[in-house]
Amino acid sequence: MLIVPCPHCGDRPEIEFRYAGPAHIERAQRPAELSDEDWASYLYLRDNPKGLHFERWRHIHGCGRFFNAARDTVSDRFVASYKAGQKRPEIPR
Amino acid sequence: MSRYSIFSLARNALSGHRNWPRQWRSPEPRREYDVVIVGAGGHGLATAYYLAKEHRIQSVAVLEKGWLGGGNTGRNTTIIRSNYLQDESAAIYEHALKLWEGLSAELNYNVMYSPRGVMMLAHSVHDNQVLKRHIYANRLNGIDNEWLSPEEAKRFCPPLNIGRNIRYPVTGAALQRRGGTARHDAVAWGYARGADGMGVDIIENCEVTGLRRGADGAVTGCDTTRGFIGAKKVAVVAAGHTSVVMAMAGVRMPIESYPLQALVSEPVKPVFPCVVMSNSVHAYISQSDKGELVIGAGTDAYVSYSQNGGLHVAEHTLDAICELFPEFRRMRMLRNWGGIVDVTPDRSPIIGLTPVAGLYVNCGWGTGGFKATPGSGHVFAATVARGEPHPIAAPFTLDRFRTGRLIDEAAAAAVAH
Repeated sequence: MLIVPCPHCGDRPEIEFRYAGPAHIERAQRPAELSDEDWASYLYLRDNPKGLHFERWRHIHGCGRFFNAARDTVSDRFVASYKAGQKRPEIPR
Repeated sequence: MSRYSIFSLARNALSGHRNWPRQWRSPEPRREYDVVIVGAGGHGLATAYYLAKEHRIQSVAVLEKGWLGGGNTGRNTTIIRSNYLQDESAAIYEHALKLWEGLSAELNYNVMYSPRGVMMLAHSVHDNQVLKRHIYANRLNGIDNEWLSPEEAKRFCPPLNIGRNIRYPVTGAALQRRGGTARHDAVAWGYARGADGMGVDIIENCEVTGLRRGADGAVTGCDTTRGFIGAKKVAVVAAGHTSVVMAMAGVRMPIESYPLQALVSEPVKPVFPCVVMSNSVHAYISQSDKGELVIGAGTDAYVSYSQNGGLHVAEHTLDAICELFPEFRRMRMLRNWGGIVDVTPDRSPIIGLTPVAGLYVNCGWGTGGFKATPGSGHVFAATVARGEPHPIAAPFTLDRFRTGRLIDEAAAAAVAH
């Protein structure tokens, strides 16, 4: 079980959280103008990186808030976590 | 390739079994092949086998970064069934099941296919309705599946607890009698031996590090840890690492990789006659011919390439097993591992062409690819050989995520992941 760093509550066990998919995916400003390719990309295509992954979590059994985290998908080690709405941090590879 | 038979067995017994030939060569890669397959798991090896056998394309290499069958082929719970809900899925899994039935003879290799029956449990009125809907859909597609009362389920699988006093009592079951298990390693080895015998080069310890494309955009070959290998066509069959390999050609995939866990108990005498799965309580169990109880757990909630998985995920499954089969409560679990599965948004595979000329992909089998191995290789080989989808593979295009013609099997998985 992972120890997940909630930026509001600190380190807590994984079962208090819900994973909520990749972070920093922006919804189109004018969805009616999107092509089918753009919709497919938005809805379905994923980077799925082997390595650093920016992702959303929700501390559902804690503060209840969404936040973002950077995690290494090979070691599962959390590199950073930050509040929703904050910019993606620069992380040296 | 020397044929296995009662005579070869007797002949080798006389020399103390010291002179069996190697089952496949370990060749140096040539400079170029007609087809290079990335990934020597069951699906990749089956693809190579059918390319050589049915399409007479023998200039084929199968590149494997580790050892043959060492990924999900060696990590799954070996369940075979074809009772899928949607017509497209039923067609491809039934195609595979029919090939399983003759596979040992086809390969001259005992893959230990054992149609011992796959029983899916219901625990509520809703479950009963869903499973019966599956049964009727399966029958319309000519696939065997039948409804059992709790008492009939108990007769078919005596260890099952059908008491009314458990948290989720058994209210019935759907049984596919032709479903069962096979020996996972033997499937990979059998296909490898058969393909090698027809001239296919299987190259282990050879990781693909790049996909090269020519001026017209078409693939020209792979950069590997053993040098550049040219190819007219490249077929990616890399399961959990599909996104990584396809990114080398600049193609983003509708795939996320998750660890899926399995575990085995200490070996015991034959106590468990069939395969039992329950979607509602997430139990998934059979007994191997070695005597171990083979138990499938769920995926982790987050994407990961660590072949591991959280302990609470396996524990959740064991809770359900102990309730349904109280006699197993004292058994010790010997090994626990994870495999990286490639999950698509609609939980159906992707088989076919890609936006890059000469590049083909077979992936997205997610948590249930083993059962499809022969069928997957068979239709993918035809797709690669002809440059157009085999009719059974045709609905499973990558393009369906653009057109919206998804094949939604998310609710039809044996156990919800």
